[in-house]
Parts: sequence; C-alpha cells; structure tokens
Amino acid sequence: MNTNIPSDLKYAKTHEWVRVTGGLATVGITDHAQRELTDIVFVELPALGRQIKAGETCAVVESVKTASDICSPVSGEIVEANHAVVDNPALVNAEPYNGGWFYKVRLALPADLDALLTPEQYQALVNP
Amino acid sequence: MNPSLLKRTPLFAAHQKLGARLVEFGGWEMPVQYTSIMEEHQAVRTAAGLFDISHMGEIFVSGAGAESFLNQALTNDVRKLNVHQAQYTLMCNDLGGVIDDLYVYRIGEQSYLLVVNASRIEPDFHRLETLLASSPHRAEVQLTNASALYGALAVQGPRVAEFIDACLATGMTAAAQSFRPTDLKKNQIAPVAFSAGALNYGGFVARTGYTGEDGFEIVAPAGIMESLWQKVLDFGLPHGLKPAGLGARDTLRTEVCYPLYGHELDEQTTPLEAGLGFFVALDKPGFVGRSVLADQKANGLSKRCVAFQMTDRSAPPRPHYPIWSSGAEAARIGEVSSGTQSPSLGIGIGLGYVPPPFAKPGSLLEIEIRGQRSPAVVVSKPIYRKAA
Repeated sequence: MNTNIPSDLKYAKTHEWVRVTGGLATVGITDHAQRELTDIVFVELPALGRQIKAGETCAVVESVKTASDICSPVSGEIVEANHAVVDNPALVNAEPYNGGWFYKVRLALPADLDALLTPEQYQALVNP
Repeated sequence: MNPSLLKRTPLFAAHQKLGARLVEFGGWEMPVQYTSIMEEHQAVRTAAGLFDISHMGEIFVSGAGAESFLNQALTNDVRKLNVHQAQYTLMCNDLGGVIDDLYVYRIGEQSYLLVVNASRIEPDFHRLETLLASSPHRAEVQLTNASALYGALAVQGPRVAEFIDACLATGMTAAAQSFRPTDLKKNQIAPVAFSAGALNYGGFVARTGYTGEDGFEIVAPAGIMESLWQKVLDFGLPHGLKPAGLGARDTLRTEVCYPLYGHELDEQTTPLEAGLGFFVALDKPGFVGRSVLADQKANGLSKRCVAFQMTDRSAPPRPHYPIWSSGAEAARIGEVSSGTQSPSLGIGIGLGYVPPPFAKPGSLLEIEIRGQRSPAVVVSKPIYRKAA
C-alpha cells in the first residue's frame, strides 16, 4: 500500500505533519501514522491558549489497542483545536491531512520548521 | 524479549502472506491484526472469524487413574464429564492462586486432553508432574506434553455453522466422512482423522471458543495446519469469514468477560476472587487449593473482579489504570486488569479488581486516565449480550 505524503507539508520524525499559512501552523498526523494505529477511537487535544514547545507531548490519540502521545512539531500558542476529531475520531483515519487535523499553533519560532523533514525525507523514513 | 527467541506457529508464513502485523504474545510471535481490530471483531460478531491458536498447549492425561488425578489437580469436577464432553476449569496452587485456566476435554473413557495457555505450558506441565510424583495414582496415569506436535484453529461466529460441515467433509478419512461438526453441542468434542496425501492424522474438533459466539476449535497435527487454514479460509470467505488476530480475540473476550491469564488471573488471585466460583467444585474432596477456597467462600473475599463501562465519553480504560471510588470521599480502591474500547458498544469497557462493597452492578467508580478521573459504572457480566 502506498502511503500518501502531500508535497506541500513539512513532517516530524514522530509522524506529525505541519501546514504553514502566514504565521499559523496546522498540525495533524500522517497517513502512515493513522494506518499504523488503525481504528482511532479517541483523540485528546491541547487546551486553547496553551504554550507548547516543539517536541512536547500535547495530544493523545488512542486506537482500540493502544494510546499514543502526539508531540508538537512546532512551538507556540494553541489558537484552535479541531473538535470534529474529538466528536468523530474516525475522521483521522479517513482524512488525515484534511478534516482530520488536530490543532493550530501561532508560531513562536519559525526556525522550528527548518528542523522538520521534507516530503522526500519523510518518504525515506517510512518507506526506506 | 529477544525477537530471535520467539516461537512461531506452523502458520507463521500464512500470516506473513496475509500481511498480518506480528507482535510478541506469551513468548510467541503472533498476528495481532490482519486489516483492523474493529473489522475483524465485527466479522466474528456478525459472520465468522478464523484465529490461529496454535500457540496454546495440548497436554494428554490418560490411564485408569486419570480421572482421580485430574480431580485432585483441577478445581472443576471431572466426574461430571461424559466421554466427548468438555469443561472449563482451573489449576490452583496450594494457596488457591491460579496457575492456569484451561479446558479439559474427555476424549475417551480414560483419556483427557487439556488445552492450556501458551505462556503456562511449562508451569502447568511441571505442576502436573510434581503432583503425579506424589500421587497414589502415579502408576496408572500417563502424562504427555504434546504441545509441539499440534496446532489449533478457532473458527468463530454466527455463520460458521453454514460452512464448517462442508469444509471438514473434504480431507477427512473415509471412515470420518459421516462426521458433521454441527452435530456437536456446545462443549462437545469429537476425535477426527484428517487425510493428507496417503497419510492420516488424528485430531479433534470441539464446539468451544473464547469469543461469546458459536464456533469450533480444531486441534490438528502441526504438519497439516497450513492446508487446514487455507481450506477454512476458502470455505468461509463466501460466508463473510475473515482471518482475525489476537487484537480482536482480546476485545471479543473482554466484551463477554472471559478472563485472560496474566490480566484477571495469576498465582496471587483465586478463582473465587475472579468470579469463577461456578468452576470450583467445593463439594468434591481434596483438590489442590480447596481449604483456602472453602475458607474464602465461608468468610468472604478481599477483592472481586468486576465488569465496568465508562459512562461519559472518555479515553478507553487500559490495564493497570487505577480505579477510584466515587463521591466526596473518593479513594483509590483497585486497578483495571483489562480495558479497551468496545467495538460492539462503542464505549470504553473493562474488568478490574475492587473490594466487595464496590462490586455490585450499579456501583459508581472512577477510572484514572493520565491523571484525570472519568466516571464508570459496574455492570453485570457479560458486558455485551447478543440481541435475542
């Protein structure tokens, strides 16, 4: 099965993606991650206004079998959380890059983005 | 555990071919899922699922003293079994703690097959050998650990009866061809002879399982497991059968509150505490652990295994999460032993141990999940019941 890795996103080694629009970064988990987890049944998101640091655990995603921590790929203030995935966790499986996003961060350190993987680098990581 | 030390069943290559995700379980490298736990679970609840249970152990006990010996070693009363009948039972230590939970099948007048947990084969067999060495029946009992020689399949689900007869009608010896698995009643077993090429192989078909659904378990020599697996897949696919892994096996058994050794059961927990008193024949004389169990029965328990479900939408409960009492004077009272999201019910469910005053259905509990407590309620077992 081919995993979907959109070319306009940045990726973390821990399988989160980042989409940057102006000073805002939208964060979710990759197609590869949702396939590895399968059957996502619960998502816990960070509170609005929380200041997070890159690499910090700030969300939890649970499949039938296990709970997995989500690390933020970037630092900043949480300005929006996607309640649609809390109400319907299966959305993360169905649309990991669209309706299944997790939260938006006002970027504190745009340089965080330079430490992330390009689509080609992420491809090499998940499918060497 | 070092992956190179993990044991593999005769179906390992078949699992790889199906793209299974493999995990360590009880010292074995086993499929946890093929496509998704949810899909495989639903297949078993609505149609059929095929499980590799070759990791489980087979111990044969036979001879004139077999019945008396087993009645000393196990908690249930073997004397209640007619030939070709099976019962769930427990093996306890001297303090009433559970060494293993198992099925004993009476396969002949004086012969029995014990099907035991994969991780407990050695402790069980060692225990039986030790008991036998000091038993007055030692000259008239043969004990054989045949676990390495046999594999086993579980075919489970409401539609299995549609195809299992036709499936097993081929590849049987001529003498066995009149045998129909669906003639078996629940908890019955039949010896069968599988033919492969010019050779015949003895095995067993039983109407037993670990999912709460109708179904069969087939014990067969390791050498024919691959062809048997493929045959069940071929016959079952038109009836909605899917291969199912240990992930679905765990959610299915948790919904119907069947204990899993290492979770609900261990050597520090008695069958009565686990809610398995029905399988402890206190009216039979002198079996291992009896005095402690009789004392517990008379004087009460300090903990009980309860089933619970989450009442709010919360993260699913998981093993070892703390259980708290509810209300103003909430205290930590126990621990979750098994927990998951119930694929059938769409809510978090679990089993866990609490003091008896909190064990009544309707009792309010709180489950601590990552430092936050979420409300739950004790429910009667099983948590999931099939619609009538």
